[in-house]
Amino acid sequence: MLSSTSPRPVTAPALPAPRGPLSSAVLAALRGISAAPHAAEIPPGAVGQADPYGEDLQLALYCCYELHYRGFAGVSDDLEWDPGLLGLRRQLEQVFLAALGADVAGGTDVAAEIGALLVEPVDAAGVSHHLRHAGQLWQLREYVVQRSLYHLKEADPQAWVIPRLSGPAKVALVSVEHDEYGSGNPDRMHARLFADMMTELGLCAEYGAYLDAAQATALAEVNFMSLCGLHRRLRGGLIGQLVTAELTSSPASDRLVRAMRRLGCGPRAIEFYAEHIEADAVHEQLIRHGVIAPLLAAEPELARDVVFGIQASTLLADRFADLLLSRWAQGRTTLRNPLPELSHRR
Amino acid sequence: MPPDMPTEPIRRRIALTDDGPILVHGPIEVVLTDGKTMISDRAVTALCTCLRSSRYPICDTSHRRRVRNVTARGSGSGMDRGGRGC
Repeated sequence: MLSSTSPRPVTAPALPAPRGPLSSAVLAALRGISAAPHAAEIPPGAVGQADPYGEDLQLALYCCYELHYRGFAGVSDDLEWDPGLLGLRRQLEQVFLAALGADVAGGTDVAAEIGALLVEPVDAAGVSHHLRHAGQLWQLREYVVQRSLYHLKEADPQAWVIPRLSGPAKVALVSVEHDEYGSGNPDRMHARLFADMMTELGLCAEYGAYLDAAQATALAEVNFMSLCGLHRRLRGGLIGQLVTAELTSSPASDRLVRAMRRLGCGPRAIEFYAEHIEADAVHEQLIRHGVIAPLLAAEPELARDVVFGIQASTLLADRFADLLLSRWAQGRTTLRNPLPELSHRR
Repeated sequence: MPPDMPTEPIRRRIALTDDGPILVHGPIEVVLTDGKTMISDRAVTALCTCLRSSRYPICDTSHRRRVRNVTARGSGSGMDRGGRGC
């Protein structure tokens, strides 16, 4: 099916500003200022001493991964498979993975983890609860900006896992991905609906436009998806991430629809989350019964990784929510760069 | 139709779930009680069976058990995940 509108030009995003020694090394290599960094060329101890969830490491990792998606403007496509960058990426991944492994409970009881996600807490204090009842338009726009690093590539990180599955699990996952990509209609692609929402909210809908504005806590969620998607060894983790996203999405999307209605947002803005209420109610069922059940029947040893994926993505989501809610409670922006076209409070 | 085409009927798959909606495969047209029709072009549509959906007849996960004072989440903290939208 053809789009009703003319295709948008495909542009690679601009390189971001560095946030420390690791991201400086990666960005220098991407700019061609230095040869791609070899592990030995990074300041001694820089990787080991870096905050695993911090701005420098997460931006460095994000830039390494972006080479596998759309790359950056002016950066050679060849660098995607540069051994120096891949070597550094591996070191960054190991620090990130070690921190996540230490910070989650672990285990192998997938059913218990999923059961916990299927309970709807009426007294929860999350971002969508806040936005629904008390959120202001500037807060909603900031939330959309932070989430844009994922949603403008929505479903892409999960597509990496397709060749790593087989049989019924693969078929069900592709059904979900097909829906994410608009079920054959380019105008209904979820990334496109998100871009339409950004435009309606007066934001720039270009891919990667807000990389400099996004906090490490937002980048870490995308990095975790890319990490699990790009490593076959972590395919169970990717499925855990996906099930967490799908199972928690519908009720939260409903709250965001109500938030937007309360704030007087237009129909193109509301449509993104309205679509996710219905789509993710289906995806929940397809992932639970169509992907997880046959996957664990065929590869029961993946249960530990699925649990890890659920717990790690929950941890990262909680960190993101904590940051937004604590900053907003103080009336402060959550963005590294304030939105230029926005008066900060409305 | 060519004479050698198979005449096996094309059956729609309808899957029941133990805790929630009925999953109907294929684009569907649902006739509502007031006689109006609702169209869903999804590959799979989840139809509400608990009658609690605010988007009835489409499932919005309102069938889920609602609890207070969540302390026993598998890994969560009681924070929601925002609209992760995947």
